[in-house]
Amino acid sequence: MNEDIYILGIETSCDETAASIVKNGTEIISNIVASQIESHKRFGGVVPEIASRHHVEQITLVIEEALEKADLIPAQLSAVAVTEGPGLVGALLIGVNAAKAFAFAHQLPILGVHHIAGHIYANRLEQEMEFPLLALVISGGHTELIYMKEHGHFEVIGETRDDAAGEAYDKVARTLNLPYPGGPHIDRLAHESSNPVDFPRVWLEEGTYDFSFSGLKSSVLNYMHNAAQRGESVAPEDVAAGFQNSVVEVVTSKTLRAADQYNVRQVIAAGGVAANKGLRASLEKEFAAKGIPFFIPPLSLCTDNAAMIAAAGTVMFEKGIRGNMAMNGRPGMEMDSWV
Amino acid sequence: MIYLGIDTSNSPLSIALAKDDTIIIEETSNLKINHSLTAMPAIEEMMRKAKVTPAQLTHIAVAQGPGSYTGVRIGLTIAKTLAWSLKIPLHPVSSLKVLAANGQYFDGIICPLMDARRGTAFIGAYNGKDLEPVIADQHSEVKEFLTQLKELGQPVLFVGIDVEIHGEVIREVMEDLAFFADPQHRLPRASNLIMLAQQSDEQDVHHAVPDYRRITEAEANYIKVQGGEG
Ligand SMILES: [Zn+2]
Repeated sequence: MNEDIYILGIETSCDETAASIVKNGTEIISNIVASQIESHKRFGGVVPEIASRHHVEQITLVIEEALEKADLIPAQLSAVAVTEGPGLVGALLIGVNAAKAFAFAHQLPILGVHHIAGHIYANRLEQEMEFPLLALVISGGHTELIYMKEHGHFEVIGETRDDAAGEAYDKVARTLNLPYPGGPHIDRLAHESSNPVDFPRVWLEEGTYDFSFSGLKSSVLNYMHNAAQRGESVAPEDVAAGFQNSVVEVVTSKTLRAADQYNVRQVIAAGGVAANKGLRASLEKEFAAKGIPFFIPPLSLCTDNAAMIAAAGTVMFEKGIRGNMAMNGRPGMEMDSWV
Repeated sequence: MIYLGIDTSNSPLSIALAKDDTIIIEETSNLKINHSLTAMPAIEEMMRKAKVTPAQLTHIAVAQGPGSYTGVRIGLTIAKTLAWSLKIPLHPVSSLKVLAANGQYFDGIICPLMDARRGTAFIGAYNGKDLEPVIADQHSEVKEFLTQLKELGQPVLFVGIDVEIHGEVIREVMEDLAFFADPQHRLPRASNLIMLAQQSDEQDVHHAVPDYRRITEAEANYIKVQGGEG
């Protein structure tokens, strides 16, 4: 007889303190996120020390709420899954140490989850994954194309060589004097433009699936600077649209090409930038034309949350992986396969 | 009653278990190893040795700061989560007071300190007899704090692993009023923490936060800029 698996997930890698309970890796029972965005806004970005301070204030509250909403007691849990890395070191170790203490108190197994694996597995909370699969993980911290032959197998086939896409969005937003976080504002402005600025597309060398966004970001800054020197005013919507067009075209094209080459049965997008309307529309259109099933989870599962960590942790649990009390936050954690 | 005490507020690690009035085990190390990695394995191992299960714990005592931001947070996160998970009281205690307890019965004032770089420290002053605070825990220029201490005209015992970093200025300002704890009395001891916790109130677990005694640099700069503009 197969017993249901209930996993408590904990995520504190950046500026969200989150806890969630997921059943059998596919069903969200509770999903609590305490966001710190308001607190970091005045600094124009996430301040690591302040993020850590908030995490320690919120951590037991969010775990308690996750258990209460799920109407479960710790004894009913199968394991605790926590984001082990990558992320901000001081932020990660709040989640890791809370997870260890909770697991120790209730004598539960503990699992250290790679944050990107979490983003990918967020999709499984919506529909079952089909392999081979291609995942585009695109967020404030990441821009990666990952090929998966089966559950727990990860092959990073492309990644950013400099800024993450979301980072570039935030920096461009700052030069346009848009509030933090800038991504959604650029996305919104871009749709108001009828005359986008023509910024370069950065393809890098032929055949690579890697990305680079710092050159594009510099082009935008130069454009703004030159206009200012000539005393010309720029239309922010045209800059936003020009920047977004460049990002969307490169990301869509590389994702399509990878899906073709690896002959995948499913493509999923994940991460905060995957919620971007311009990118989403472009990916949906192109993959529909190709006839490859393409999915993006709803916004609440695209941005950082703990349900995705619990979902990924469930697969690790099923594969017999176990962590121990010596687990530590790993800010530069590599993405290793579980198989 | 079984107390678990955890002090990770500076680079040393000290943990202990006490059953009623008896300390049953205490482990203190000064290895400058990452607490995030070592604190939980050390607690697990110590409890296994003492044959105490998590469910048998009745109180958690923790050094609340001030001290290393990260260190204090690790201890407090573990302590909060254990206390909340096990539904038992949490007793946060000043990490400087824990150090001061090393010098209890000293005839004068005890000054615990932890270096905070650039001539500053987390520092406080406690009465040697009863460990009542004489000057509140704070983050200060060491020299300024010492000038204040000197005015009290009493002998002062300096405790903590960082006292030598400020040894020169201490001798210069305090002259013959300065006394230094011997090396074996410079490390924090979780047994002292537990004894202090037994005399202190419990705190609501969810609202227990580190006592940093210092705002973040980002906030300080923000305030400066706002003040400048306003
Ligand atoms: Zn993320």
